[in-house]
Amino acid sequence: MNSDTYDLAIVGAGPAGMAAARTAAAQDLSIVLLDEQPAPGGQIYRSIRRPAPEDRRILGPDYYHGETLVRDLDHARIEYRSGTTVWALDDDHTLCASSPEGSTRIRAKRILLATGAQERPVPFPGWTLPGVMTCGAAQILLKSSGLVPSQPLVLAGSGPLLLLIAAQLHRAGVAIEAVLDTTPAGRYLDALPHLPGALRNLPLLWKGLGLLRELKQAGIKRFTQVSDLRALANKEGLLHQVQFHAKNATHRLPAQSLLVHQGVVPNVQLSRALGLEHRWHELQQCWHPVTNNWGETSREGVFISGDSAGIAGAKAAEQAGNLVALEVARQLNRLSTTQRDEQACPALKDLAKERAIRPFLDALYQPARSFLSPSDETLVCRCEEVSAGELRQMVDEGCRGPNQTKAFCRSGMGPCQGRLCGLTVSQVIAEHRRVPVEEVGYYQIRMPIKPLTLGELADLHE
Amino acid sequence: MPNASEFPRIETGAAEWVEVDVDGQPIQVRAGDSAAAAVLAAGLLPSRSTPVNNSPRAPYCMMGVCFECLLEIDGMENVQGCMTEVRPGMQIRRQQGARHAEPVTHDHEDRQS
Repeated sequence: MNSDTYDLAIVGAGPAGMAAARTAAAQDLSIVLLDEQPAPGGQIYRSIRRPAPEDRRILGPDYYHGETLVRDLDHARIEYRSGTTVWALDDDHTLCASSPEGSTRIRAKRILLATGAQERPVPFPGWTLPGVMTCGAAQILLKSSGLVPSQPLVLAGSGPLLLLIAAQLHRAGVAIEAVLDTTPAGRYLDALPHLPGALRNLPLLWKGLGLLRELKQAGIKRFTQVSDLRALANKEGLLHQVQFHAKNATHRLPAQSLLVHQGVVPNVQLSRALGLEHRWHELQQCWHPVTNNWGETSREGVFISGDSAGIAGAKAAEQAGNLVALEVARQLNRLSTTQRDEQACPALKDLAKERAIRPFLDALYQPARSFLSPSDETLVCRCEEVSAGELRQMVDEGCRGPNQTKAFCRSGMGPCQGRLCGLTVSQVIAEHRRVPVEEVGYYQIRMPIKPLTLGELADLHE
Repeated sequence: MPNASEFPRIETGAAEWVEVDVDGQPIQVRAGDSAAAAVLAAGLLPSRSTPVNNSPRAPYCMMGVCFECLLEIDGMENVQGCMTEVRPGMQIRRQQGARHAEPVTHDHEDRQS
Protein backbone atom coordinates (compact mmCIF):
# COMPACT_ATOMS: atom_id res chain seq x y z
CA MET A 1 0.00 0.00 0.00
CA ASN A 2 1.41 3.30 -1.07
CA SER A 3 -0.20 6.39 0.43
CA ASP A 4 2.14 9.06 -0.97
CA THR A 5 0.45 12.05 -2.51
CA TYR A 6 1.86 13.15 -5.83
CA ASP A 7 1.34 16.51 -7.47
CA LEU A 8 0.29 14.84 -10.70
CA ALA A 9 -0.72 11.27 -11.54
CA ILE A 10 -0.70 10.46 -15.24
CA VAL A 11 -2.52 7.46 -16.67
CA GLY A 12 -0.83 6.28 -19.87
CA ALA A 13 2.74 6.71 -21.13
CA GLY A 14 2.12 7.57 -24.77
CA PRO A 15 3.18 10.89 -26.30
CA ALA A 16 0.68 12.96 -24.26
CA GLY A 17 1.53 11.32 -20.94
CA MET A 18 5.28 11.38 -21.51
CA ALA A 19 5.33 15.02 -22.66
CA ALA A 20 3.17 16.07 -19.71
CA ALA A 21 5.52 14.26 -17.31
CA ARG A 22 8.59 15.92 -18.83
CA THR A 23 7.11 19.42 -18.72
CA ALA A 24 5.66 18.99 -15.23
CA ALA A 25 8.99 17.65 -13.94
CA ALA A 26 10.72 20.76 -15.32
CA GLN A 27 8.39 22.75 -13.02
CA ASP A 28 9.53 20.62 -10.09
CA LEU A 29 6.19 18.81 -9.69
CA SER A 30 6.24 15.26 -8.35
CA ILE A 31 4.82 12.87 -10.91
CA VAL A 32 3.71 9.28 -11.00
CA LEU A 33 3.29 7.89 -14.50
CA LEU A 34 1.11 4.78 -14.55
CA ASP A 35 1.43 2.61 -17.62
CA GLU A 36 -0.48 -0.54 -18.42
CA GLN A 37 2.20 -1.57 -20.90
CA PRO A 38 5.53 -3.18 -20.02
CA ALA A 39 7.50 -0.17 -21.33
CA PRO A 40 6.80 3.49 -22.10
CA GLY A 41 5.86 4.76 -25.57
CA GLY A 42 2.14 4.10 -25.86
CA GLN A 43 1.04 2.29 -28.99
CA ILE A 44 2.60 4.78 -31.41
CA TYR A 45 6.10 4.47 -29.89
CA ARG A 46 5.56 0.97 -28.62
CA SER A 47 8.75 -0.87 -27.60
CA ILE A 48 10.78 2.22 -28.56
CA ARG A 49 13.43 1.37 -25.96
CA ARG A 50 13.96 -1.97 -27.62
CA PRO A 51 12.30 -2.13 -31.04
CA ALA A 52 12.41 -5.64 -32.48
CA PRO A 53 13.20 -4.90 -36.16
CA GLU A 54 16.95 -4.72 -36.80
CA ASP A 55 16.49 -2.43 -39.82
CA ARG A 56 15.41 1.07 -38.75
CA ARG A 57 14.05 1.82 -42.23
CA ILE A 58 11.13 -0.56 -41.69
CA LEU A 59 9.33 1.54 -39.08
CA GLY A 60 10.70 4.86 -40.33
CA PRO A 61 11.90 8.10 -38.64
CA ASP A 62 8.49 9.15 -37.25
CA TYR A 63 8.57 6.13 -34.98
CA TYR A 64 12.09 6.77 -33.70
CA HIS A 65 11.07 10.31 -32.70
CA GLY A 66 9.71 8.61 -29.58
CA GLU A 67 13.27 7.88 -28.39
CA THR A 68 13.72 11.45 -27.04
CA LEU A 69 10.41 11.40 -25.16
CA VAL A 70 11.24 8.13 -23.46
CA ARG A 71 14.78 9.24 -22.62
CA ASP A 72 13.43 12.32 -20.82
CA LEU A 73 11.39 10.15 -18.44
CA ASP A 74 14.66 9.44 -16.67
CA HIS A 75 14.14 12.30 -14.22
CA ALA A 76 14.29 12.39 -10.42
CA ARG A 77 10.76 13.86 -10.18
CA ILE A 78 9.14 11.21 -12.43
CA GLU A 79 8.23 7.83 -11.02
CA TYR A 80 7.41 5.56 -13.92
CA ARG A 81 5.44 2.39 -13.10
CA SER A 82 5.10 -0.17 -15.87
CA GLY A 83 2.56 -2.98 -16.02
CA THR A 84 0.21 -0.93 -13.85
CA THR A 85 -3.46 -0.98 -14.84
CA VAL A 86 -5.67 1.75 -13.42
CA TRP A 87 -9.20 0.42 -12.85
CA ALA A 88 -10.86 3.05 -10.69
CA LEU A 89 -10.63 6.70 -9.74
CA ASP A 90 -12.37 7.93 -6.60
CA ASP A 91 -13.88 11.36 -5.99
CA ASP A 92 -10.88 12.41 -3.87
CA HIS A 93 -8.39 11.83 -6.72
CA THR A 94 -7.36 8.42 -5.48
CA LEU A 95 -6.54 5.94 -8.22
CA CYS A 96 -6.84 2.19 -7.80
CA ALA A 97 -4.35 0.23 -9.85
CA SER A 98 -3.13 -3.33 -10.24
CA SER A 99 0.32 -4.57 -11.10
CA PRO A 100 1.98 -8.00 -10.85
CA GLU A 101 3.01 -7.02 -7.28
CA GLY A 102 -0.63 -6.50 -6.28
CA SER A 103 -3.12 -3.65 -6.05
CA THR A 104 -2.42 -0.21 -4.76
CA ARG A 105 -4.07 3.15 -4.14
CA ILE A 106 -2.35 6.25 -5.47
CA ARG A 107 -3.31 9.78 -4.46
CA ALA A 108 -2.51 12.88 -6.45
CA LYS A 109 -3.49 16.53 -6.39
CA ARG A 110 -4.19 16.50 -10.10
CA ILE A 111 -5.00 13.63 -12.48
CA LEU A 112 -4.23 13.42 -16.17
CA LEU A 113 -5.93 10.73 -18.25
CA ALA A 114 -3.74 10.17 -21.29
CA THR A 115 -5.17 6.81 -22.27
CA GLY A 116 -4.88 7.43 -26.00
CA ALA A 117 -6.88 5.90 -28.76
CA GLN A 118 -8.12 2.49 -29.76
CA GLU A 119 -8.93 1.30 -33.22
CA ARG A 120 -12.50 1.87 -34.30
CA PRO A 121 -14.46 -1.37 -34.29
CA VAL A 122 -14.75 -2.63 -37.88
CA PRO A 123 -17.75 -4.95 -37.96
CA PHE A 124 -18.38 -6.90 -41.17
CA PRO A 125 -19.38 -10.51 -41.81
CA GLY A 126 -16.53 -12.76 -40.66
CA TRP A 127 -14.59 -10.17 -38.66
CA THR A 128 -14.35 -12.55 -35.70
CA LEU A 129 -12.56 -15.29 -37.64
CA PRO A 130 -9.06 -16.28 -36.52
CA GLY A 131 -6.80 -14.71 -39.12
CA VAL A 132 -8.58 -11.34 -39.05
CA MET A 133 -6.87 -8.72 -36.91
CA THR A 134 -6.48 -4.96 -36.83
CA CYS A 135 -3.73 -3.06 -38.62
CA GLY A 136 -2.71 -1.72 -35.21
CA ALA A 137 -2.30 -5.26 -33.89
CA ALA A 138 0.00 -6.13 -36.80
CA GLN A 139 2.03 -3.00 -36.13
CA ILE A 140 2.38 -3.86 -32.45
CA LEU A 141 3.61 -7.37 -33.35
CA LEU A 142 6.11 -5.83 -35.77
CA LYS A 143 7.41 -3.22 -33.30
CA SER A 144 7.68 -5.38 -30.22
CA SER A 145 8.35 -8.86 -31.59
CA GLY A 146 9.37 -8.56 -35.24
CA LEU A 147 6.52 -10.94 -36.07
CA VAL A 148 4.66 -10.48 -39.34
CA PRO A 149 1.29 -11.92 -40.44
CA SER A 150 1.16 -15.31 -42.10
CA GLN A 151 0.56 -15.17 -45.82
CA PRO A 152 -1.26 -14.76 -48.17
CA LEU A 153 -1.97 -11.37 -46.62
CA VAL A 154 -4.74 -8.89 -47.51
CA LEU A 155 -5.28 -5.45 -45.96
CA ALA A 156 -8.66 -3.75 -46.02
CA GLY A 157 -10.03 -0.45 -44.79
CA SER A 158 -9.47 3.25 -44.87
CA GLY A 159 -7.13 5.74 -43.24
CA PRO A 160 -3.46 6.64 -42.90
CA LEU A 161 -2.54 3.65 -40.72
CA LEU A 162 -3.72 1.23 -43.42
CA LEU A 163 -1.19 2.67 -45.86
CA LEU A 164 1.54 3.00 -43.24
CA ILE A 165 1.40 -0.62 -42.06
CA ALA A 166 1.21 -1.82 -45.68
CA ALA A 167 4.41 0.12 -46.43
CA GLN A 168 6.12 -1.07 -43.23
CA LEU A 169 5.28 -4.72 -43.90
CA HIS A 170 6.46 -4.36 -47.49
CA ARG A 171 9.76 -2.89 -46.27
CA ALA A 172 10.02 -5.85 -43.92
CA GLY A 173 9.88 -8.16 -46.93
CA VAL A 174 6.28 -9.33 -46.50
CA ALA A 175 4.37 -10.11 -49.70
CA ILE A 176 0.99 -8.35 -49.80
CA GLU A 177 -1.72 -9.93 -51.92
CA ALA A 178 -3.78 -6.73 -52.13
CA VAL A 179 -4.77 -3.54 -50.33
CA LEU A 180 -8.55 -3.03 -50.40
CA ASP A 181 -9.40 0.64 -49.95
CA THR A 182 -12.96 0.95 -48.65
CA THR A 183 -13.03 4.78 -48.84
CA PRO A 184 -16.34 5.56 -50.60
CA ALA A 185 -16.12 7.64 -53.80
CA GLY A 186 -17.93 10.62 -52.34
CA ARG A 187 -15.42 11.15 -49.55
CA TYR A 188 -12.95 12.98 -51.79
CA LEU A 189 -15.60 15.55 -52.54
CA ASP A 190 -16.57 15.75 -48.85
CA ALA A 191 -12.94 16.41 -47.94
CA LEU A 192 -12.34 19.10 -50.54
CA PRO A 193 -13.74 22.05 -48.52
CA HIS A 194 -11.25 21.14 -45.76
CA LEU A 195 -8.23 21.19 -48.09
CA PRO A 196 -7.05 24.71 -47.09
CA GLY A 197 -6.59 23.52 -43.51
CA ALA A 198 -4.67 20.49 -44.73
CA LEU A 199 -2.35 22.71 -46.74
CA ARG A 200 -1.19 24.22 -43.45
CA ASN A 201 0.51 20.90 -42.77
CA LEU A 202 2.14 20.09 -46.08
CA PRO A 203 4.78 17.70 -44.68
CA LEU A 204 2.05 15.38 -43.37
CA LEU A 205 0.14 15.59 -46.66
CA TRP A 206 3.32 14.70 -48.58
CA LYS A 207 3.92 11.75 -46.27
CA GLY A 208 0.50 10.35 -47.11
CA LEU A 209 1.05 10.76 -50.83
CA GLY A 210 4.54 9.29 -50.41
CA LEU A 211 3.05 6.13 -48.89
CA LEU A 212 0.65 5.74 -51.82
CA ARG A 213 3.57 6.16 -54.21
CA GLU A 214 5.68 3.65 -52.28
CA LEU A 215 2.92 1.02 -52.48
CA LYS A 216 2.40 1.67 -56.17
CA GLN A 217 6.10 1.39 -56.94
CA ALA A 218 6.19 -1.86 -54.99
CA GLY A 219 3.61 -3.20 -57.42
CA ILE A 220 1.08 -3.97 -54.66
CA LYS A 221 -2.39 -4.52 -56.06
CA ARG A 222 -4.78 -1.86 -54.75
CA PHE A 223 -8.54 -1.98 -55.19
CA THR A 224 -10.43 1.25 -54.54
CA GLN A 225 -14.07 1.92 -53.56
CA VAL A 226 -14.27 -1.57 -52.13
CA SER A 227 -17.59 -2.59 -50.58
CA ASP A 228 -19.34 -5.73 -49.28
CA LEU A 229 -16.24 -6.96 -47.47
CA ARG A 230 -16.58 -10.47 -46.12
CA ALA A 231 -14.12 -12.89 -44.48
CA LEU A 232 -14.72 -16.54 -45.33
CA ALA A 233 -13.68 -19.55 -43.26
CA ASN A 234 -12.37 -22.99 -44.20
CA LYS A 235 -13.74 -26.10 -42.56
CA GLU A 236 -11.48 -25.62 -39.53
CA GLY A 237 -13.14 -22.25 -38.93
CA LEU A 238 -10.06 -20.22 -39.86
CA LEU A 239 -9.87 -17.34 -42.34
CA HIS A 240 -9.37 -18.75 -45.82
CA GLN A 241 -10.65 -16.17 -48.32
CA VAL A 242 -11.57 -12.50 -48.50
CA GLN A 243 -14.58 -11.61 -50.62
CA PHE A 244 -15.42 -8.07 -51.72
CA HIS A 245 -17.07 -5.96 -54.35
CA ALA A 246 -15.07 -3.56 -56.55
CA LYS A 247 -15.21 -2.36 -60.15
CA ASN A 248 -18.73 -3.79 -60.64
CA ALA A 249 -17.63 -7.31 -59.79
CA THR A 250 -17.34 -9.62 -56.81
CA HIS A 251 -13.80 -10.79 -56.13
CA ARG A 252 -12.31 -13.48 -53.93
CA LEU A 253 -8.71 -13.57 -52.78
CA PRO A 254 -6.95 -16.30 -50.83
CA ALA A 255 -5.92 -15.09 -47.35
CA GLN A 256 -4.40 -16.53 -44.20
CA SER A 257 -4.32 -13.03 -42.70
CA LEU A 258 -6.62 -10.05 -43.16
CA LEU A 259 -5.67 -6.76 -41.50
CA VAL A 260 -8.51 -4.28 -41.09
CA HIS A 261 -8.61 -0.61 -40.16
CA GLN A 262 -11.18 2.21 -40.11
CA GLY A 263 -9.28 4.85 -38.18
CA VAL A 264 -8.89 5.32 -34.45
CA VAL A 265 -11.24 6.71 -31.80
CA PRO A 266 -10.65 8.06 -28.27
CA ASN A 267 -10.38 5.50 -25.51
CA VAL A 268 -13.18 6.85 -23.30
CA GLN A 269 -13.51 3.96 -20.85
CA LEU A 270 -12.16 5.83 -17.85
CA SER A 271 -13.69 9.22 -18.69
CA ARG A 272 -17.07 7.51 -19.18
CA ALA A 273 -16.76 5.61 -15.91
CA LEU A 274 -16.16 8.96 -14.18
CA GLY A 275 -19.39 10.26 -15.66
CA LEU A 276 -17.61 13.15 -17.38
CA GLU A 277 -19.43 15.09 -20.06
CA HIS A 278 -18.97 13.72 -23.61
CA ARG A 279 -20.08 15.07 -26.96
CA TRP A 280 -20.64 13.36 -30.28
CA HIS A 281 -18.12 14.46 -32.93
CA GLU A 282 -19.93 14.20 -36.25
CA LEU A 283 -16.89 14.36 -38.55
CA GLN A 284 -14.90 11.82 -36.50
CA GLN A 285 -18.02 9.74 -35.79
CA CYS A 286 -17.07 9.15 -32.17
CA TRP A 287 -17.42 10.61 -28.66
CA HIS A 288 -15.08 13.22 -27.23
CA PRO A 289 -14.87 14.06 -23.53
CA VAL A 290 -15.46 17.78 -23.06
CA THR A 291 -12.34 19.68 -21.97
CA ASN A 292 -11.33 23.33 -21.80
CA ASN A 293 -8.31 24.77 -23.68
CA TRP A 294 -5.97 23.41 -20.99
CA GLY A 295 -7.40 19.90 -21.06
CA GLU A 296 -9.40 20.18 -17.81
CA THR A 297 -12.63 18.19 -17.84
CA SER A 298 -16.04 18.83 -16.32
CA ARG A 299 -14.56 17.46 -13.08
CA GLU A 300 -12.17 19.93 -11.47
CA GLY A 301 -8.60 18.67 -11.21
CA VAL A 302 -9.10 15.88 -13.75
CA PHE A 303 -7.49 16.50 -17.13
CA ILE A 304 -7.53 14.63 -20.44
CA SER A 305 -5.04 15.13 -23.23
CA GLY A 306 -3.88 13.48 -26.41
CA ASP A 307 -6.01 11.22 -28.55
CA SER A 308 -8.21 10.24 -25.59
CA ALA A 309 -9.58 13.82 -25.79
CA GLY A 310 -10.18 13.65 -29.56
CA ILE A 311 -8.12 12.24 -32.40
CA ALA A 312 -5.36 14.60 -33.53
CA GLY A 313 -2.28 12.37 -33.75
CA ALA A 314 0.95 11.83 -31.83
CA LYS A 315 2.55 15.23 -32.45
CA ALA A 316 -0.59 17.05 -31.28
CA ALA A 317 -0.81 14.72 -28.27
CA GLU A 318 2.67 15.76 -27.19
CA GLN A 319 1.73 19.45 -27.26
CA ALA A 320 -1.60 18.85 -25.54
CA GLY A 321 0.31 17.06 -22.77
CA ASN A 322 2.60 20.06 -22.42
CA LEU A 323 -0.38 22.39 -22.00
CA VAL A 324 -1.86 20.26 -19.21
CA ALA A 325 1.47 20.24 -17.38
CA LEU A 326 1.74 24.03 -17.58
CA GLU A 327 -1.80 24.55 -16.31
CA VAL A 328 -1.26 22.09 -13.45
CA ALA A 329 1.95 23.98 -12.58
CA ARG A 330 -0.10 27.18 -12.50
CA GLN A 331 -2.83 25.66 -10.35
CA LEU A 332 -0.21 24.38 -7.90
CA ASN A 333 1.47 27.82 -7.78
CA ARG A 334 4.64 26.89 -9.65
CA LEU A 335 3.84 29.31 -12.50
CA SER A 336 1.97 32.59 -12.72
CA THR A 337 -0.75 32.94 -15.34
CA THR A 338 1.56 35.11 -17.43
CA GLN A 339 4.39 32.57 -17.21
CA ARG A 340 2.03 29.75 -18.15
CA ASP A 341 0.77 31.68 -21.17
CA GLU A 342 4.28 32.57 -22.29
CA GLN A 343 5.50 29.01 -22.04
CA ALA A 344 2.39 27.69 -23.77
CA CYS A 345 2.98 29.73 -26.94
CA PRO A 346 5.10 27.23 -28.91
CA ALA A 347 2.80 24.35 -27.93
CA LEU A 348 -0.32 26.25 -28.99
CA LYS A 349 1.24 27.12 -32.34
CA ASP A 350 2.24 23.52 -33.08
CA LEU A 351 -1.11 22.24 -31.88
CA ALA A 352 -2.99 24.56 -34.24
CA LYS A 353 -0.95 23.27 -37.17
CA GLU A 354 -1.47 19.63 -36.25
CA ARG A 355 -5.20 20.14 -35.73
CA ALA A 356 -5.66 22.09 -38.97
CA ILE A 357 -5.27 18.97 -41.14
CA ARG A 358 -7.70 16.84 -39.12
CA PRO A 359 -11.03 17.94 -40.67
CA PHE A 360 -9.62 17.04 -44.09
CA LEU A 361 -8.46 13.59 -42.90
CA ASP A 362 -11.64 13.06 -40.87
CA ALA A 363 -13.87 13.82 -43.86
CA LEU A 364 -11.76 11.81 -46.30
CA TYR A 365 -11.46 8.72 -44.11
CA GLN A 366 -14.88 8.69 -42.48
CA PRO A 367 -15.83 5.00 -42.56
CA ALA A 368 -18.41 3.78 -45.08
CA ARG A 369 -21.92 3.46 -43.57
CA SER A 370 -21.72 -0.34 -43.71
CA PHE A 371 -18.94 -0.32 -41.07
CA LEU A 372 -20.79 2.12 -38.80
CA SER A 373 -24.14 0.38 -38.95
CA PRO A 374 -23.50 -3.10 -40.37
CA SER A 375 -25.82 -5.62 -42.02
CA ASP A 376 -28.24 -7.68 -39.87
CA GLU A 377 -26.12 -10.84 -40.03
CA THR A 378 -22.96 -9.09 -38.74
CA LEU A 379 -21.88 -9.65 -35.14
CA VAL A 380 -21.63 -6.34 -33.30
CA CYS A 381 -20.79 -7.49 -29.76
CA ARG A 382 -17.98 -10.00 -30.19
CA CYS A 383 -17.93 -11.08 -26.53
CA GLU A 384 -21.62 -11.91 -26.15
CA GLU A 385 -22.14 -12.66 -29.85
CA VAL A 386 -24.98 -10.27 -30.57
CA SER A 387 -25.74 -9.37 -34.20
CA ALA A 388 -26.88 -6.06 -35.67
CA GLY A 389 -30.15 -7.76 -36.64
CA GLU A 390 -30.87 -8.72 -33.02
CA LEU A 391 -30.23 -5.13 -31.93
CA ARG A 392 -32.60 -3.80 -34.60
CA GLN A 393 -35.25 -6.27 -33.53
CA MET A 394 -34.93 -5.04 -29.95
CA VAL A 395 -35.38 -1.48 -31.17
CA ASP A 396 -38.56 -2.62 -32.97
CA GLU A 397 -39.71 -4.08 -29.67
CA GLY A 398 -39.20 -0.74 -27.91
CA CYS A 399 -35.56 -0.46 -26.80
CA ARG A 400 -34.44 3.14 -27.11
CA GLY A 401 -30.78 3.04 -26.11
CA PRO A 402 -27.70 0.86 -25.54
CA ASN A 403 -28.35 0.35 -21.84
CA GLN A 404 -31.73 -1.19 -22.60
CA THR A 405 -30.43 -3.53 -25.31
CA LYS A 406 -27.66 -4.45 -22.87
CA ALA A 407 -30.22 -5.57 -20.33
CA PHE A 408 -32.06 -7.70 -22.88
CA CYS A 409 -29.20 -9.34 -24.79
CA ARG A 410 -26.02 -8.71 -22.78
CA SER A 411 -24.33 -6.76 -25.58
CA GLY A 412 -21.50 -4.84 -23.90
CA MET A 413 -21.45 -7.06 -20.83
CA GLY A 414 -18.61 -9.35 -21.84
CA PRO A 415 -14.98 -9.08 -20.76
CA CYS A 416 -14.19 -6.12 -23.07
CA GLN A 417 -16.86 -4.12 -21.22
CA GLY A 418 -18.25 -2.59 -24.39
CA ARG A 419 -14.97 -1.27 -25.76
CA LEU A 420 -15.43 -3.06 -29.08
CA CYS A 421 -19.18 -2.68 -29.56
CA GLY A 422 -20.13 0.57 -27.79
CA LEU A 423 -19.84 2.85 -30.82
CA THR A 424 -21.57 0.41 -33.16
CA VAL A 425 -24.47 -0.41 -30.83
CA SER A 426 -25.29 3.28 -30.39
CA GLN A 427 -25.08 3.91 -34.11
CA VAL A 428 -27.19 0.89 -35.07
CA ILE A 429 -29.89 1.97 -32.62
CA ALA A 430 -29.75 5.62 -33.73
CA GLU A 431 -29.97 4.74 -37.40
CA HIS A 432 -32.83 2.32 -36.86
CA ARG A 433 -34.73 4.83 -34.71
CA ARG A 434 -33.86 7.61 -37.19
CA VAL A 435 -32.59 9.90 -34.43
CA PRO A 436 -29.15 11.48 -33.83
CA VAL A 437 -26.59 9.31 -31.97
CA GLU A 438 -26.51 11.86 -29.17
CA GLU A 439 -30.14 11.15 -28.41
CA VAL A 440 -29.38 7.44 -28.05
CA GLY A 441 -26.31 7.97 -25.87
CA TYR A 442 -23.68 5.47 -24.79
CA TYR A 443 -23.25 2.58 -22.38
CA GLN A 444 -23.17 3.45 -18.70
CA ILE A 445 -19.57 2.39 -18.03
CA ARG A 446 -18.84 1.42 -14.45
CA MET A 447 -15.68 0.92 -12.44
CA PRO A 448 -13.69 -1.28 -12.20
CA ILE A 449 -12.93 -0.68 -15.87
CA LYS A 450 -10.92 -3.89 -16.17
CA PRO A 451 -11.92 -7.36 -14.97
CA LEU A 452 -10.26 -8.01 -11.61
CA THR A 453 -9.52 -11.05 -9.53
CA LEU A 454 -10.95 -11.12 -6.02
CA GLY A 455 -7.34 -11.07 -4.85
CA GLU A 456 -6.73 -7.75 -6.58
CA LEU A 457 -9.73 -6.26 -4.77
CA ALA A 458 -8.82 -7.81 -1.43
CA ASP A 459 -5.32 -6.36 -1.70
CA LEU A 460 -6.76 -2.93 -1.06
CA HIS A 461 -8.16 -3.93 2.33
CA GLU A 462 -6.79 -1.62 4.96
CA MET B 1 0.79 -29.39 -34.59
CA PRO B 2 -0.04 -25.87 -35.71
CA ASN B 3 -3.45 -25.64 -37.38
CA ALA B 4 -2.70 -22.30 -39.02
CA SER B 5 0.56 -21.11 -40.47
CA GLU B 6 2.94 -19.49 -38.02
CA PHE B 7 3.57 -15.75 -37.92
CA PRO B 8 7.13 -15.60 -39.28
CA ARG B 9 9.78 -13.45 -37.60
CA ILE B 10 11.90 -10.95 -39.49
CA GLU B 11 15.50 -10.18 -38.59
CA THR B 12 15.45 -8.70 -35.09
CA GLY B 13 17.95 -6.88 -32.91
CA ALA B 14 19.91 -8.75 -30.27
CA ALA B 15 17.72 -10.17 -27.52
CA GLU B 16 17.48 -13.10 -25.19
CA TRP B 17 15.37 -16.03 -26.26
CA VAL B 18 13.22 -17.94 -23.85
CA GLU B 19 11.43 -21.25 -24.14
CA VAL B 20 7.72 -21.38 -23.37
CA ASP B 21 5.24 -24.21 -23.69
CA VAL B 22 2.16 -23.66 -25.84
CA ASP B 23 -0.29 -26.56 -25.56
CA GLY B 24 2.52 -29.01 -24.93
CA GLN B 25 4.67 -27.69 -27.73
CA PRO B 26 7.97 -26.09 -26.68
CA ILE B 27 8.67 -22.90 -28.62
CA GLN B 28 11.46 -20.35 -28.59
CA VAL B 29 10.31 -16.74 -28.34
CA ARG B 30 12.03 -13.41 -27.92
CA ALA B 31 12.21 -11.99 -24.40
CA GLY B 32 9.62 -9.21 -24.28
CA ASP B 33 7.16 -11.07 -26.49
CA SER B 34 3.63 -11.38 -25.15
CA ALA B 35 1.96 -14.74 -24.55
CA ALA B 36 -0.46 -13.87 -27.37
CA ALA B 37 2.50 -13.25 -29.69
CA ALA B 38 3.88 -16.67 -28.68
CA VAL B 39 0.62 -18.34 -29.73
CA LEU B 40 0.70 -16.53 -33.09
CA ALA B 41 4.38 -17.43 -33.56
CA ALA B 42 3.47 -21.06 -32.93
CA GLY B 43 0.57 -20.82 -35.41
CA LEU B 44 -1.81 -22.29 -32.86
CA LEU B 45 -5.11 -20.81 -34.02
CA PRO B 46 -7.84 -20.55 -32.90
CA SER B 47 -6.34 -19.52 -29.57
CA ARG B 48 -9.67 -19.93 -27.77
CA SER B 49 -13.33 -20.65 -28.32
CA THR B 50 -16.02 -18.44 -26.85
CA PRO B 51 -18.06 -19.31 -23.75
CA VAL B 52 -21.29 -18.32 -25.55
CA ASN B 53 -21.29 -20.34 -28.79
CA ASN B 54 -17.90 -22.02 -28.76
CA SER B 55 -16.91 -19.99 -31.83
CA PRO B 56 -13.22 -19.92 -32.74
CA ARG B 57 -11.24 -16.76 -31.98
CA ALA B 58 -7.69 -15.41 -32.09
CA PRO B 59 -5.84 -12.31 -30.85
CA TYR B 60 -7.41 -9.29 -32.53
CA CYS B 61 -6.17 -5.93 -31.15
CA MET B 62 -2.96 -6.89 -29.28
CA MET B 63 -3.30 -3.85 -27.01
CA GLY B 64 -5.58 -4.93 -24.21
CA VAL B 65 -8.88 -3.68 -25.66
CA CYS B 66 -10.71 -6.64 -27.18
CA PHE B 67 -10.10 -9.55 -24.75
CA GLU B 68 -10.03 -12.00 -27.67
CA CYS B 69 -6.60 -13.30 -26.66
CA LEU B 70 -7.75 -14.76 -23.33
CA LEU B 71 -5.51 -17.72 -22.49
CA GLU B 72 -4.74 -20.04 -19.62
CA ILE B 73 -1.33 -18.97 -18.38
CA ASP B 74 0.50 -20.97 -15.72
CA GLY B 75 -2.77 -22.50 -14.60
CA MET B 76 -4.78 -19.29 -14.44
CA GLU B 77 -7.64 -18.96 -16.91
CA ASN B 78 -8.98 -15.84 -18.66
CA VAL B 79 -5.66 -14.01 -18.70
CA GLN B 80 -5.14 -11.38 -21.41
CA GLY B 81 -2.36 -12.94 -23.46
CA CYS B 82 -1.38 -9.67 -25.15
CA MET B 83 -0.81 -7.99 -21.78
CA THR B 84 1.34 -10.77 -20.36
CA GLU B 85 5.05 -10.94 -21.11
CA VAL B 86 6.57 -14.39 -21.56
CA ARG B 87 8.73 -15.87 -18.82
CA PRO B 88 11.04 -18.86 -19.24
CA GLY B 89 9.03 -22.05 -18.82
CA MET B 90 5.65 -20.30 -19.04
CA GLN B 91 2.82 -22.77 -19.59
CA ILE B 92 0.37 -21.38 -22.12
CA ARG B 93 -2.87 -23.20 -22.89
CA ARG B 94 -5.58 -22.34 -25.36
CA GLN B 95 -9.02 -21.93 -23.78
CA GLN B 96 -12.02 -23.94 -24.89
CA GLY B 97 -15.39 -22.44 -24.03
CA ALA B 98 -16.16 -21.11 -20.58
CA ARG B 99 -13.59 -21.22 -17.80
CA HIS B 100 -13.85 -23.99 -15.27
CA ALA B 101 -14.75 -23.45 -11.66
CA GLU B 102 -13.23 -26.19 -9.54
CA PRO B 103 -15.42 -27.30 -6.65
CA VAL B 104 -14.04 -25.93 -3.39
CA THR B 105 -12.76 -28.66 -1.12
CA HIS B 106 -12.52 -27.74 2.53
CA ASP B 107 -9.54 -29.27 4.23
CA HIS B 108 -10.70 -29.30 7.85
CA GLU B 109 -7.43 -30.54 9.29
CA ASP B 110 -5.62 -27.62 7.70
CA ARG B 111 -8.07 -25.17 9.19
CA GLN B 112 -7.79 -26.59 12.68
CA SER B 113 -4.02 -26.55 12.73
